[in-house]
Amino acid sequence: MNQSVLAVSNLPASDAAAAERRGVTGFGFYLYLLSDCIVFATLFAAFAVLHRSVADGPSGQQLFDLRNAFIETAFLLTSSVTCGIAMLASDRRDSRAAFGALAVTFVLGLAFLALELKEFAHMVADGAGPDRSAFLSSFFTLVGTHGLHVTAGLVWLLVIVVQLRSKGFSEGVVRRMFCFSLFWHVIDVVWIAVFSFVYLIGSAS
Amino acid sequence: MSQTPPHAFAATAGDTPGTHEGNRHGSLRGYLVGYGVAVLLTIGAFVAARTSALTPSSVTAAITVLAIAQMLVHLIFFLHISTSPNQRTNILAFAVALLIVAMIVAGSLWIMSHLDSNMMPMGPNGQSMQMQP
Repeated sequence: MNQSVLAVSNLPASDAAAAERRGVTGFGFYLYLLSDCIVFATLFAAFAVLHRSVADGPSGQQLFDLRNAFIETAFLLTSSVTCGIAMLASDRRDSRAAFGALAVTFVLGLAFLALELKEFAHMVADGAGPDRSAFLSSFFTLVGTHGLHVTAGLVWLLVIVVQLRSKGFSEGVVRRMFCFSLFWHVIDVVWIAVFSFVYLIGSAS
Repeated sequence: MSQTPPHAFAATAGDTPGTHEGNRHGSLRGYLVGYGVAVLLTIGAFVAARTSALTPSSVTAAITVLAIAQMLVHLIFFLHISTSPNQRTNILAFAVALLIVAMIVAGSLWIMSHLDSNMMPMGPNGQSMQMQP
């Protein structure tokens, strides 16, 4: 007990500064994520306004495959949890567990992206591409923007894994992992809105 | 003062979003509980979309409620947003973002539905709308 108090009070000044820097960076990144949510809100608003403007083309009811959407949801939700487990491992400075959890996160994210691209390719091949109707334009913009975020997250994850390998749990790497986990969780929250308001309500009504 | 990790934040600095008071990223149990609840809510939403026991408008309402519930679960268990005093700034920023999101979505729907009914020459069923003399 005494020892742990001593350890805290004997913190080197650079550690305290690093912790503060992580706090400031984390808050700034959180503000960025909130503004990203506003970007998604505009795309959701456009989709909500246009989702009945099918221009005699296929509607969501005819296009959406709920089984596919469910598997995508399962992949992304599970990857969000494994990302959290990677953060717990980084708290413990347990690099084996962190690598494992990040690898699972990456594979699940990649599987999500593959399913989404397959769905897009099917729709375009069936003549239901983004140029077919206002409904499909807004659908591809909204879901495609989410997919772009997932893609960016996967690239970021690769960079983090490489850095973790070369630098270990250095201050910068831990900070980046932390921001990545926020990003990944928020992408998953946005996906909840996508599968609920686009796929589920779109195929029910 | 039990087992404070050497890299814990000073209590006065406030909690960074995504961390748990001193606990850094919460516990495995927290993630698993959140995962379990989120899975149940997801399955509930997909079942609600498939069911024929509800009218279309109640299906929409049920899916909306389940989606909001699941987002809250994610915010609490994965992003560790809480109402603790350390997180006042985070909550404030979140509330402002939520307000803007609500204004964008509800405002767009409201304005566009008015434009639709006031300016479209055709009604929803294809019949032309009569102008009042």
